[in-house]
Amino acid sequence: MKTNDVILKTTAQVVFFIIFLFSIHIFLAGHFAPGGGFVGGLLTSSALVLLLLAYDLKTVQTLLPINYTIMTASGLVLALGTASIGMFLGRPFFKHYFDHFYLPLIGDTELHTAMLFDTGVYLVVVGVTMTIIQSIGGDD
Amino acid sequence: MVQVLFIFIPIIAAIFIPVLFKKVRGLHTGWFVLIVPVVLAAIYASYISQVMHGETIVSEVNWIPSLGISFISYIDGLSLLFSLLITGIGALVVLYSIFYLDRSREQLHNFYVYLLMFMSAMLGVVQSDHLISLYLFWELTSISSFLLIGYWYDRDRSRFGALKSMMITVFGGLMMLGGFVLLSIMGETYSIRELIAQAPTLASHEWFTLSLVLILLGAFTKSAQFPFYIWLPDAMEAPTPVSAYLHSATMVKAGIYLVARLTPIFAISETWVWLVMGVGLFTLFWGSFFAVKQTDLKGILAFSTVSQLGLIMSLLGASAVAFHVDQAQDTVFKFAAFAAIFHLINHATFKGSLFMIAGIVDHETGTRDIRKLGGLMSIMPISFTVAAIGSLSMAGVPPFNGFLSKEMFLTSMLAMKDFNILAMDTWGAVFPIVAWIASVFTFVYSFYFVFKTFTGKYKPELLPKKAHEAPIGMLISPILLASLVVIIFFIPNIIGDVFVKPAVLAIQPFLYDSASDIPIHVSAWHGFKPELFMTLGIFVVGFLLYLTIAKWQKLYKIMPDWLSLNRLYDRFMTFLDKDLNRFSKLYMTGSIRNYLIYMFAFIVAITIGTLFAKDAFTFSMEGTAPIRFYEIIIILVLVISTITVLFSKSRLTAIIALGSVGYTVALFFVIFNAPDLALTQLVIETVSVALFLLAFYHLPKVSRHEERIGFRLNNFIIALGVGIMVTLVALSAQSQKLVPSITEYYKETVNTLAGGGNIVNVILVDYRGFDTLFEITVLSIAGMAILGMIKLRLSRKENEHENK
Repeated sequence: MKTNDVILKTTAQVVFFIIFLFSIHIFLAGHFAPGGGFVGGLLTSSALVLLLLAYDLKTVQTLLPINYTIMTASGLVLALGTASIGMFLGRPFFKHYFDHFYLPLIGDTELHTAMLFDTGVYLVVVGVTMTIIQSIGGDD
Repeated sequence: MVQVLFIFIPIIAAIFIPVLFKKVRGLHTGWFVLIVPVVLAAIYASYISQVMHGETIVSEVNWIPSLGISFISYIDGLSLLFSLLITGIGALVVLYSIFYLDRSREQLHNFYVYLLMFMSAMLGVVQSDHLISLYLFWELTSISSFLLIGYWYDRDRSRFGALKSMMITVFGGLMMLGGFVLLSIMGETYSIRELIAQAPTLASHEWFTLSLVLILLGAFTKSAQFPFYIWLPDAMEAPTPVSAYLHSATMVKAGIYLVARLTPIFAISETWVWLVMGVGLFTLFWGSFFAVKQTDLKGILAFSTVSQLGLIMSLLGASAVAFHVDQAQDTVFKFAAFAAIFHLINHATFKGSLFMIAGIVDHETGTRDIRKLGGLMSIMPISFTVAAIGSLSMAGVPPFNGFLSKEMFLTSMLAMKDFNILAMDTWGAVFPIVAWIASVFTFVYSFYFVFKTFTGKYKPELLPKKAHEAPIGMLISPILLASLVVIIFFIPNIIGDVFVKPAVLAIQPFLYDSASDIPIHVSAWHGFKPELFMTLGIFVVGFLLYLTIAKWQKLYKIMPDWLSLNRLYDRFMTFLDKDLNRFSKLYMTGSIRNYLIYMFAFIVAITIGTLFAKDAFTFSMEGTAPIRFYEIIIILVLVISTITVLFSKSRLTAIIALGSVGYTVALFFVIFNAPDLALTQLVIETVSVALFLLAFYHLPKVSRHEERIGFRLNNFIIALGVGIMVTLVALSAQSQKLVPSITEYYKETVNTLAGGGNIVNVILVDYRGFDTLFEITVLSIAGMAILGMIKLRLSRKENEHENK
């Protein structure tokens, strides 16, 4: 019997963006407030899981045609690449650089290579979580 | 330098043997091999004139200089004598083997490679002055002997004999290595010469006796002394040239060499004297007694070798006595070392020839069983003559060299009772009696060997082949050795001056300054002395026993088979194999539950034991924070959920209770000011509970009955133990903080150096980003592994194909 869960689907559409934006917020705020790549990634995937619950696997894949394996790999490459920057500049592995810049619209901003590393962590976490959930969910 | 290289000549020559065997098919490979020992014998013979006058020749090649390990070739009387024996008899054996082993049917390239390897090893053993390189060559003799015994590897008995000799000699070799290491630690040098120089100081060291016993174990196993002789009779499965070479003339004398070489170091110890002499005499008796029981020609010779080696060993023990006597040069003790070396030469000559004759008999009649043989005298006259000379010499009958050394042996043994220290005055009388009885049996088996084979009735119906005399090439070597037997009888003093005295000098440097000082003159007739009457007694009793042998040989059957040492060895080997296997199976049950019990039990025992042994357990309330009300509540919730997990009937309850534990922990993180941890813990707990539910949902329906975890006392005790251990460790660690925390540094520099505000995250990505890098790697691997396990199902695919 096919149930018509219109309330769930409609709510999911709205809530997805709220959770997603919150996860991005937590991710970006990581350096100064609680949060960071790990929690951010987990929250993002929970937003995706909500979509999976409301719709089905196929629909979500057509909506967001992301290959999570490649996402995991690129996260690892990004993290490793960031960590290696120092080596190309004659400094030890894992040397981070940061400075304050004046960006249009946003104003005085601190840009930090640790953020790139955290992005790597974020991508890996989202990639792995989604890989696990999709592969287990898609298994019969 | 060059002299060290001589040792390696055979092994280098061995490299070319397979090529020669494959390319030159027309000529027996042995002819090429023959060049090596002949050339070497000539080289070593050229040293004789120098060494005769007490000179020594040393040459050194560094091997591992940083560890002080080198090949040192040290040639004095003892090592030159052995080198000449090895190369000389080696040459004769190679000559013999050319006619013994068939060119087209045997794998000659294997045989000669092993043989040359052995020759190098043996030369290395007797010339090495360095303990470590001596050990190296020693084990190489074991290995090459193993290969040679197992030469006919398609035969069961050969493999068994090879394995047995390997096990026993390698056991001894390893013990000996231990002794060597102790010795080198005591003397702070590996050089035997330097150790001998500081012998008196070594004796007071606490490890002296231990190293002595270990080294003797090595020597006894190699030289087939009681109770380690059991490998030698089984080694008779080797081709006869091998038995003649390794198991009569050279390898089994390696132990003799070692004892002789180290006598100057250990003679000071009473343990040495008693062990070497006692074990040697007992082996002499035991070997000669059981030789008469054997029915296999080579079996008789094997036991006879054991017995003769015991004789030489006991003489070496007696030569150590001379160290304890004042003015030993003037007493009868001087004979012992001389007799030992002299008999060693004699034994090599007559035993080598006897083995070759046994091989000829085997070769020409097809059997070695003495019960089937008989009456070969007229068919094989030359073999008979040689065998008679060898046997009579072995029995100690004049005019053969065995007579001379047997006389000196009896003289030395008779002297024991005159010797009034080391409790010899009470026990000394036993020695000549044992020696006499053993000599009687030696006489019996010598006669038994030669006359049962060559006289009596010819039994052609029992023989696999029609008997005929051996080809002349096969007879050359035994004839040469037998003529030596006779020649040595007539010129004992030349042999004594040239070979024996320089060797005695090496054994007893504490007695003599130079070889010419040794006041021994061998003569065949030395007046009416007690030993002459003993010899006459041996002849008379021995002859009577030989005539009545058929009557009393049945006595051997009385001894039950399971009492024999061979059976003991077999039992030990089955113990190692089957019984120990059964023992392992007792605890290697294959059940993870048991292994976890072992692990936890040991961890608990070790940790709690250490805490109390080190008195590390202290408990102080200093610096603890006050307990707050909501902490108590959370702890109560935590405890209740934990107990629910343990006692819940349904798995679903357990999973939910576990989730509640996780969320409570998250709450703890909240009240202990860890927002990042709390966030992560909440999300992760949710995910894992979901995964648990998934696993629960997919449990197989058949065996899915809901029941509580059964109570097991073992598990309860171990769980309790682990809990107590962790609590004790935590309390102990909390009460004794030794260094202040590093936190202050992070607090100070988080903004200035790292440009951040959230210390936790900055530590994760900046201070200690390395950890994070590999944690995300772990995460990726886990993800890929799950993907792989789910997607990649080869077994299912194969089944699908089968169904189609």
